[in-house]
Amino acid sequence: MHIVIIGNGISGTTCARWVRKLSDDQITIISSESKHFYSRTALMYIYMGHMRFEDTKPYEDWFWDKNNIQLIQGHVDAIDFDNQSLQLNNNTTVKYDKLVLALGSKSNKFGWPGQDLPGVGGLYHLQDLEQMEQYSDGLERAVIVGGGLIGIEMAEMFHSRHIPVTMLVRESSYWNNVLPPEESAMVTQHIIDSGIDLRLGVNLGEITSGKSGSANAVIIKETGETISCGYVGLTAGVSPNIGWLKGTDLQTNRGILVDRYLRTSQKNVYAIGDCAEIQEPQQGRRPIEAIWYTGRMMGETCAYNICDKQVEYNPGIWFNSAKFIHLEYQVYGDIRSSLPEEHDAIVWQSKDMDKLIRIHYDKTTHAVVGFNLIGVRYRHEVCEKWLATHASIEDVLQHLGMANFDPEFYKEHEEELIRLYNAKTGNALKLKTKRGLSKVLQFLTNA
Amino acid sequence: MSKYIQILGLILFCLALLIFTGMLGLGSITLNEESLQVDAEYHKNAILAAAKAEGIYNTPVSNIKFITAYSNVIAQASKQLESEIETKLPEGVQPWDYAIADWRAKNYISATVKTGADGPVNRNPLLFCFLTFGLAIIGGLLYIIPKFNEPKGIKHDGIYHDSLTRGITSNFRNALLLITIMGILIYGFFKLQDYFWPLVTICLALLISYFVFFRQDSKSNHPQRSVSPNRIGWLGVIAGTYMLIFYVLLYWAPSYIQNWITMVNPISEMLSGNPASQWFLYGLMYTCIVIVMGVRMLTKYQHNTYQKIRTASVMFFQTAFAFLIPEMLVRLNRPWFDFKNFWPLDYDFFYKYNIDQLTSSGSLGLAMLIWGILAIIIGIPLMTYFLGKRWYCSWVCGCGGLAETLGDPWRQLSDKSMRAWKYERFIIHGVLAFAIIMTAFVLGHYFTGVSNILGMNVESVKSWYGFFIGAGFSGVVGTGFYPLMGNRVWCRFGCPLAAYLGLVQRFKSRFRITTNGGQCISCGNCSTYCEMGIDVRAYAQKGQDIVRSSCVGCGVCSAVCPRGVLRLENGSGDIAQRTDAMRTIHITEDQIQILT
Repeated sequence: MHIVIIGNGISGTTCARWVRKLSDDQITIISSESKHFYSRTALMYIYMGHMRFEDTKPYEDWFWDKNNIQLIQGHVDAIDFDNQSLQLNNNTTVKYDKLVLALGSKSNKFGWPGQDLPGVGGLYHLQDLEQMEQYSDGLERAVIVGGGLIGIEMAEMFHSRHIPVTMLVRESSYWNNVLPPEESAMVTQHIIDSGIDLRLGVNLGEITSGKSGSANAVIIKETGETISCGYVGLTAGVSPNIGWLKGTDLQTNRGILVDRYLRTSQKNVYAIGDCAEIQEPQQGRRPIEAIWYTGRMMGETCAYNICDKQVEYNPGIWFNSAKFIHLEYQVYGDIRSSLPEEHDAIVWQSKDMDKLIRIHYDKTTHAVVGFNLIGVRYRHEVCEKWLATHASIEDVLQHLGMANFDPEFYKEHEEELIRLYNAKTGNALKLKTKRGLSKVLQFLTNA
Repeated sequence: MSKYIQILGLILFCLALLIFTGMLGLGSITLNEESLQVDAEYHKNAILAAAKAEGIYNTPVSNIKFITAYSNVIAQASKQLESEIETKLPEGVQPWDYAIADWRAKNYISATVKTGADGPVNRNPLLFCFLTFGLAIIGGLLYIIPKFNEPKGIKHDGIYHDSLTRGITSNFRNALLLITIMGILIYGFFKLQDYFWPLVTICLALLISYFVFFRQDSKSNHPQRSVSPNRIGWLGVIAGTYMLIFYVLLYWAPSYIQNWITMVNPISEMLSGNPASQWFLYGLMYTCIVIVMGVRMLTKYQHNTYQKIRTASVMFFQTAFAFLIPEMLVRLNRPWFDFKNFWPLDYDFFYKYNIDQLTSSGSLGLAMLIWGILAIIIGIPLMTYFLGKRWYCSWVCGCGGLAETLGDPWRQLSDKSMRAWKYERFIIHGVLAFAIIMTAFVLGHYFTGVSNILGMNVESVKSWYGFFIGAGFSGVVGTGFYPLMGNRVWCRFGCPLAAYLGLVQRFKSRFRITTNGGQCISCGNCSTYCEMGIDVRAYAQKGQDIVRSSCVGCGVCSAVCPRGVLRLENGSGDIAQRTDAMRTIHITEDQIQILT
């Protein structure tokens, strides 16, 4: 059987690796972006000089050959679903028995005037990075449109090279459609303190071009203010990269529609990662989740299904992480930007406003529903087990040390959370388990 | 403002480096009655005659020319003596003692260079101390201290844009390594007048390469991820070459750096009461560098308590245990002893001279001997069981201390390829085996008095170990290659103590690096900044806990991780299961329905 995977990002690569674990079938990965899998999340570090492109490859180049995974660097122009074949841009045809579409995303553009000018770009592909690099020499200012996770990365990138950055953010506070107010305020302050010109509550009007034909300024919609710049970053989210499949027999909506087994409407064709839109997502989950971790899980699930071991895609308990310049962020479970009626919260913040721990729990059952962390690291497995078993807030607080994953000698803040909770509820809880591995291992291995 | 202070600091440091380098050519040396120090009257006469013929007697000769000129004179004198051995051999003198042996010639030269020198450095040693050590320290600190004002966080911006820290291409690196190793081997052949050991070394190197390339099939495992694909950081090459030359002079030609030694004489006199040797100079430099660059580490990791405490620890152990305490001991007429330097890193611990010195130095000497032995048998394995090898390698050890402070800017240049790992395992365990065999020979000789064991001369085994491993590997390559192959070349590929600690860590220790469930994004910061060349990401992205013999527990992987994935910890139990590959598997067996 010949399994062809289009796209060598985390989804496609994980799928290939798991198929290889499960079978000896022929595997081919096709990508036009780069020959070898690299970590997209590390693009920023290449620009900032923390790493080279080579360092972002999770596997050495010999790995693919050794695992008998064939790599083709080329672009798929068309798919013939009836004959199960692909047309490549070099006029070759590739036949498949099973096809996996792991096409990824493209940066959103909302019809802004000037959005396709030279000197305007997103941050998703290697080629985006090359364009940023090309414009960076002598760049006097960059304007970034959009305040999500990619926007802040791009801002940090330019900032690392001492290029002044203006960020245009639609919301009244950074990422407050996802982050609760305290977190959003902390990150907003951190961005400003870092020396980035953050403009809140504004939208892009248009991008103008100069004599050379490339972008030379943006005009803010609300105020009409013109900000001259040599580069415009468009980071207002991403959407599935499926434009070229519109009009084919493949059923699509915003993404490629898949069932619980990641099968598309076409026989022997699967879709995973950023480009897949789950028709019946699990409760509390979105149909399209363009994040690293779900891509990896889908890749693994898809491999099982390809190898005739049927498994439903189940991303489990939500988790994610990010880094806002110097502030690390982790989330486990259900933390919404505004506290739902049925939930209650304990929020601890450090005096210097560089650390935050938030725990949400159900008002009636007292079951913990989620953790949000800034500047503090928590243990994934412990939080996950608490959330899965609906552990009570009292139970969690008394053993909170088990969740602490900060490096040794870091200050521990568990007692302060308990103090907050006791003050709030009149309880007299005490910390029973402090940070340390041995107790954690006992807890995790106990059924 | 702080930018100007930093620039001033940089200027002062460069000035100090220039003076430091240039001062070696200052002054002159006069061979006369007083400075001609030899062991025998007939040597004196012969040298006197030759020196007068050459016209260097009683005439100041410039520093640089003198050593060559005097070597020639001694060689002529020796030849003269050789020719008259039949006729003039004095009574009671062995024929082989009559001509001037090479090691004698070396002593004669170094004695004259010490006593016959005159020049600005001899007249104002402390001034030169200030102009070199002083300015370098002040300049370094001026450059470093303003960094305390920078925002807290990871400071790796532009490392790969900088010519000093960028690294070099794979072919260039391999060529430099090959040239250096061959250079050391050839020099070793001339120095020790022995072709046997250089040849054995070459054969072993070829054998290891054969195993790595063919038996372990790493022909295609090119080190793409650890060397620059196409650019050469020339400043790094220059820095590496400078350090390399420094070590060569320090170990094998100290007469050429007499001015440096002279300059630190007053400090040595003050501390131990003895004149400085090249080793005092080295110890002083080493300590100053660890302190100044340690302050740099403290600025870099202001946000990371583990790094701050660890750096303070290596600064303390270097200053107190490796430098001040041993010098004080000498002042108190006790043996020079570094309480934290253990066999087999301290490879001459069981040498006869050391055992004799310790056993003849009263109860303190005996305590030192017992301390060293107990540490090897009980202390090291026990500490490593509880804490991992990091308690030594990145908290206490002097080599580790230099690597973690001076070497930190180059930690990203360690080779992460599978091929490098294969070489590493052969070489480091090979050095451990060599150290054990050499010491067994030495002890065999000590207890039985037999000087030829298994057909091999104990003295030649010792001198090859000292020359090739002790000086060539740990010093010249180990430190000279910081800017070319990362800061732990010696610790990773050569240190026999690290190999021993590593075996304990790998098979019987509570230490591991835990990975945080599924949070890894495979970005590669951990692997890139692992100074030991461990591909940390390969484990982290699988959710696999890490137990690797080479891990020195510096904690930088955990520090640079943008997603909070790695934690160094000690815990009982469960290592085998948690280090099993693919723990982040998302699908469990009971979820699967097999289609029929």
